[in-house]
Amino acid sequence: MNGAAAAVSPGGSAWRAAWRQLRARRSALLALGVLAAIALAALLVPCFSPYDYATPVWTRIFTPPTLQAGRIFGTDALGRDLLVRVMWGCRISLLVGVAASLVSVVIGVLWGATAGYLGGRVDGLLMRTVDVLYCVPFIPLVIVLEVLFGRNFLLVFVAIGTVSWLDLARIVRGQTLSIRAQDYIAAAQALGVRPATMIRRHVVPNLIGLVMVYATLTVPSVILFEALLSFLGLGVQAPLASLGSLVADGAGEMQANPYLLVIPAAFLAAIILCFNRLGDALRDAFESHRG
Amino acid sequence: MAEARGPLLEVRGLTVRYPGPRGGAGGGLRAVDALDLDLAEHECLGIVGESGSGKSQLLLALLGLQDPAAQVTGSVRYRGEELLDAAPARLAALRGRRLAMVFQEPMRALNPYLRILTQLTEGVRAHLGLGRRAAAARARELLATVQIDAPAQRLRQYPHELSGGMRQRVMLAMALMCEPEILLLDEPTTALDVTVQAQILELLRDVRRRTGVATLFVTHDLGALAAIADRVAVMYAGRMIEQAPAAELYRMPYHPYTVGLLGSLPRLDQPLDAPLPAIRGQPPDLTALPAGCAFAPRCARHFAACSTRPEWRSVTPSRQVACHLDGPAAAVGVGP
Repeated sequence: MNGAAAAVSPGGSAWRAAWRQLRARRSALLALGVLAAIALAALLVPCFSPYDYATPVWTRIFTPPTLQAGRIFGTDALGRDLLVRVMWGCRISLLVGVAASLVSVVIGVLWGATAGYLGGRVDGLLMRTVDVLYCVPFIPLVIVLEVLFGRNFLLVFVAIGTVSWLDLARIVRGQTLSIRAQDYIAAAQALGVRPATMIRRHVVPNLIGLVMVYATLTVPSVILFEALLSFLGLGVQAPLASLGSLVADGAGEMQANPYLLVIPAAFLAAIILCFNRLGDALRDAFESHRG
Repeated sequence: MAEARGPLLEVRGLTVRYPGPRGGAGGGLRAVDALDLDLAEHECLGIVGESGSGKSQLLLALLGLQDPAAQVTGSVRYRGEELLDAAPARLAALRGRRLAMVFQEPMRALNPYLRILTQLTEGVRAHLGLGRRAAAARARELLATVQIDAPAQRLRQYPHELSGGMRQRVMLAMALMCEPEILLLDEPTTALDVTVQAQILELLRDVRRRTGVATLFVTHDLGALAAIADRVAVMYAGRMIEQAPAAELYRMPYHPYTVGLLGSLPRLDQPLDAPLPAIRGQPPDLTALPAGCAFAPRCARHFAACSTRPEWRSVTPSRQVACHLDGPAAAVGVGP
């Protein structure tokens, strides 16, 4: 009975339809809830905690997790509160993940849609640029940038941004080619709609499902990228921490104080897992809408 | 103004050619082949032909919307202005404003992600610079014109919430938003069931009475044309083979193919179990057309001269035919 009711679309936009689909998937809702909880905690805990992430406390070095004085995650090699540091790490990682993904979505969608819609020489030029950028070795690029411009958090954004939109541009271009062949594109052209408006109004909205899915899957890969950079010491500048640098610090203490590794790694894993689950569910949701 | 007496739309030698795989001379096909037609102001010209006869290709080429692979040659003049080599911006300014088109498949010709309002008002806002509210008011007015109930609510809906007939009405409203001078209809009733077809045809007649928009009505349905067209042109294999005032064409077809088309219409005055006459053979393969008349292999009346291509000649001042036969072809199966 339920299936029959779902088959008859009760109307509304693609967004609402996708949201209905998403709501029916409990694991996706759970992932969304966990992400929201982590984000909220990352936002609030550093504001209300009596400890700060930077000041060393030499009397409190390597306190294991305990309920006393609210040090539930313990302290690190410099006596800094791990809870606050992990929450700062989540802030940085989520910020990098979401911001860099947004940038890559904007560039990737405009780039790919323009190439796919206009076709011909423009297409060739834009996509060959993508091919060239694909050849740039990522880690050496970051090292060169940091040597040239010094350690700067913005560089992490730039470095991640330059590579992460490439995949999206290719995917969007492919999808645009198939959208372009649709009758409603010809119909809109027959109304005298100009190319810029065509892309903005007819092509991009039809990409939204795909882009949403891909963006959700880009966030964790960007977070992992950042973690990798920080693990190699190319990321955030100490004493600021990201999940990647916390894992790197913890890895050094793995033998004596495993909690320093396990806790940030668990948060990193949870965030990645939740984003991936959400992306999968979104793909299902938009696919079933299409069908 | 100097051209005021000329036809509104004048097409000469229009050819839409798809080059072969290697772009060379070999292979390839002509979807539209050296086609002439005139459309006078306020006139309704029906173009009839089988699937694959190049009807839709013709309409798309008129608007410059042909497939990128196609090569279009010849001449298309709108009020004396050549459209085939017009700048893209000029074409965009004419499309939707002066020449508007209604597509065959209302299910696919509306963007599924946009509200009806957005799609309806897109043209007027671009062409006439109407504001949001004025455009919405115009959209409501047009939906009322095409007899859609509760237009204000419909405007907020998405295409999938409308039935096929309603979508075709929306498409028609969309085409009429800017009060174009020429309406191109690409099989507007083909995807609809019979009762809805009749409603849409009635609506089209009503719209034409009110606005006097010149209409190019492409279809494979001779019955639909009888109800609306002033003149009827018959296409076969991308070529124009006969053109005449509607009443004359139905009464006295000249080309054997037209005779066959008319003869294969189901008739109420024939016994139910009488076999439905059909034109024998298959529609031609456009990549391998015979050297002469394209219809010759299927024609019951073909003779030696048919191995050369018949010229497009006037048999009376108002009608042309491309056939080597002298008089009207025998009216096989066509009643009084």
